Amino acid sequence: MSVDVTLPVLSPKDFASDQEIRWCPRCGDYSILAQMKKVLPTLGIPKEKFVFVSGIGCSSRFPYYMDTYGMHSIHGRAPAVATGVKLANPDLQVWVITGDGDSLSIGGNHFMHVLRRNVDLKVIMFNNQIYGLTKGQYSPTSPTGTKTKSTPFGSVDRPLNPLSVAIGARATFAARSVDVDIKHLCSVLERAANHKGAAFVEVYQDCNVFNSGAFEFASKKGKKEENVIYLEHGKPLIFGKDRDKGVRLNSHGQPEVVELGKGVTADDLLFHDEKAEDMNLAFLLASMRHPEMPEPMGVFRCVDHPTYNDAVYQQVESATERSGEGDLEALFNTGDTWNV
Amino acid sequence: MATTDVPGSNGKISEQLDAVVIRFCGDSGDGMQLAGTQFTNVSAVFGNDVSTLPDFPAEIRAPAGTLGGVSGFQICFSSSDIFTPGDEVDTLIAMNPAALKTNVADLRRGGTLIVNEDAFEKSNLSKAGYEGNPLEDDVSLAAYQVQRVPMTSLTRDAVADLGLSPREAERCKNFFAMGLVYWLYQRDATPTEEWVKSKFAKKPELVEANLKALQAGYNYGITTEAITVHYRVDPAELPPGKYRKVTGNEALAFGFVTAAKLSGKQLFYGGYPITPASDILHELSKLKNFNVVTFQAEDEIAAITSVVGAAYAGDLAITASSGPGIALKGEGMGLAAITELPLVVIDVQRGGPSTGLPTKTEQSDLYMCMYGRNGDCPLPLVAPASPADCFEMAQEAMRIAVEFMTPVILLSDGYIANGAEPWQIPDVSQLKPFNVSNENTQDGDEFMPYLRNEKKTRPWVLPGTPGCEHRVGGLEKSDVTGNVDYSPENHQFMTTLRANKIAGIADYIPEQTVEGPESGDLLVISWGGTYGAVRTAVKQSVQEGLSVAHAHIRYLNPFPKNLGDVIKRYKKVLIPELNTGQLRMIIRGTYLADAVGLNKVQGKPFLISEVKHKIKELINEEN
Repeated sequence: MSVDVTLPVLSPKDFASDQEIRWCPRCGDYSILAQMKKVLPTLGIPKEKFVFVSGIGCSSRFPYYMDTYGMHSIHGRAPAVATGVKLANPDLQVWVITGDGDSLSIGGNHFMHVLRRNVDLKVIMFNNQIYGLTKGQYSPTSPTGTKTKSTPFGSVDRPLNPLSVAIGARATFAARSVDVDIKHLCSVLERAANHKGAAFVEVYQDCNVFNSGAFEFASKKGKKEENVIYLEHGKPLIFGKDRDKGVRLNSHGQPEVVELGKGVTADDLLFHDEKAEDMNLAFLLASMRHPEMPEPMGVFRCVDHPTYNDAVYQQVESATERSGEGDLEALFNTGDTWNV
Repeated sequence: MATTDVPGSNGKISEQLDAVVIRFCGDSGDGMQLAGTQFTNVSAVFGNDVSTLPDFPAEIRAPAGTLGGVSGFQICFSSSDIFTPGDEVDTLIAMNPAALKTNVADLRRGGTLIVNEDAFEKSNLSKAGYEGNPLEDDVSLAAYQVQRVPMTSLTRDAVADLGLSPREAERCKNFFAMGLVYWLYQRDATPTEEWVKSKFAKKPELVEANLKALQAGYNYGITTEAITVHYRVDPAELPPGKYRKVTGNEALAFGFVTAAKLSGKQLFYGGYPITPASDILHELSKLKNFNVVTFQAEDEIAAITSVVGAAYAGDLAITASSGPGIALKGEGMGLAAITELPLVVIDVQRGGPSTGLPTKTEQSDLYMCMYGRNGDCPLPLVAPASPADCFEMAQEAMRIAVEFMTPVILLSDGYIANGAEPWQIPDVSQLKPFNVSNENTQDGDEFMPYLRNEKKTRPWVLPGTPGCEHRVGGLEKSDVTGNVDYSPENHQFMTTLRANKIAGIADYIPEQTVEGPESGDLLVISWGGTYGAVRTAVKQSVQEGLSVAHAHIRYLNPFPKNLGDVIKRYKKVLIPELNTGQLRMIIRGTYLADAVGLNKVQGKPFLISEVKHKIKELINEEN
């Protein structure tokens, strides 16, 4: 007997909650929210199966604005909450919404562990290089010298590179996009949604109140073409408005920008391989930072590995197969017993 | 006192006793925990009532032979029901000078001291800080019946033909010691022999060596001229039924698995290793075929927050830790309290603050568990009284959590967690059913996550349920809708509502009972692992004609409804605690009762005699 299952056709509107959105006007978060609402209906997953878990910060208000299941949890701990949700019910698609402060400062530990375990969750990090909700202190991703209320003479910290950390934790999926690059962001979110395992996406996000224009190099038309490389699996690293520049490795194995033509062809360039098992290429791409180098956008790494939640359930299943379904009577009577 | 001859006793006198306290102590590599556990097993299987107290060194491996590396295991076994591992030691087995030095003060005058004479050589003596050999002078040990047994060399001889290395051969000396004590107390070694055979199944030479050492120790008892008496302790008259031995941590694991099984739910344990709570994780990790998911998190905060997530998604979720770990979990508990999700947090208390006395028992986390969260955040607290009671209180904690949609704290302690006692195996068909509903039973189109029932409890409807999509979180909620609401009136309303919900649990827990007279001169109030010592002290005082009763509180928040009335029926109140007076402060604040404390913070449980002494003192003042 076959059963026809027709999923309701969902639209972005179906994912909008009735809550008033309280982000600052022109905040980059609006665009990320809009793209998320566009992507979810395309995944073929019933609405009730989505869970959004967030930490604390502007970005972390996100779950309130989605008409799905969700939890606004505590600062930095969303990956751990989400791990509990996914382990309790692996049938749910669980998204973690976090910011650069939330996930790299107070939550650095959980960020690293959720990725190395490969729990099947989607971690979207809104990176605005600043603390917005606490009104403008520097964050772990702020460039050295950033002047803020807590660093009036400029920060002396060296910043963390989120993708390097993620790749170092052996994330099976790592990608980057920009809030206002609507089509690109949609495609990256969609690929993250479809990845089986922990998917990490860094989104450059504009905080127009405390750190306006930090990512103009990567978002502004006319500038971004010269500053960004869109990664495509199996394709050479070419960029520029006229696609006349590329990246190749120099004699020391370091990436360098070269002009195409004049004896340099696409074949001389570095080719992207998101499926590479070793992480050297992904590290190298993550290390390319503006303004010294063009910054890569897109999927840095996408490899297949068993997920943590599957492995946990396989153990439960094999233990049940081996010993039979747990029987309290038998459990209580194990070991030495005696009658009185 | 009866004297009978038993076969194989070589004509020696057999003396009958009611209760005996034995302590094995030695270097932490000497296998003393193993010897103690095995002796407990054979005594329990024989039918004695047993109670145990393991005592671990805090260092993983202090230098061999030093005072810091001494590991001990105390057992009381008896022909009547007992509630503690005993005050004074009747027989002390000391495997080296350091063990002797740190334990001999607990041996009663006239008690039996069995020492491994071989270990009393110069370097061990100096490591233990002895200037001379206490076995060689006439004063040091004159109060005791000293049996000098060259255990190392006798063990080496016993296993000589097995081709073991000298080190392997010497490691069997704990079995020699066990054999000797088995003879001394007429224990049947069969359960230990079976255990050795299965434990070392893959190493037949070790099976043979340990069995030979055990036999050699037993035979030494028969043949040596030095020991002329051995003892018999008859089986205890416990309520009829089938029994096994459990530790508190085992019983907690059994209790939570039972709650999950009875409710048809998956059990989720998120934890981070910490002494003395880790055994709960170890026990549950073995029980995956009971649909148990265990998650060893990266830290205590991940442990509690993973449990919050698992509870949100529908599992019966628990986490366990000890003092410092519970401190880290405070914020997570607050999240669970405001999101009103059911979960249980187990605190196996140890000496604090900070790392404190990591392997020793204390009851000093009561304030932290009662109050240690930001905001006005009362949570239910329950505390098992003994290792076996952990089975019931685990289920009670989970029942309260689910029935009232709240995190519940279960306060155990190191003494309960590692101690063992007989447990009457329950009839599974008689266990209280445990129903959980995750259905949406509301009328109307829109699901209201903070709509409440008569217990002020909100519904536990799970992600994945169509049409009930909702968000929870740490920001203040509006009643009924659960929407974020910071308005002043709403915060006051919700704070009161949450507190009233927890206070209302008092209508659903048993009333406080007392052991002893319904009114009188003195009421002794206890909680947690001091139950045994207080119970015995009060019982003995009543037998001596004193007007004293005992109320042991297992529900600490809310208190049983009648507790205030109970307290009023006595002229004085004594609250013995292994802290500086935490319950006393709360009782005084709640009931305006002029309670007196008996407080001990030495990392050790109460002796019965300490509590008795205080009872007498207070009653004498009264009269």
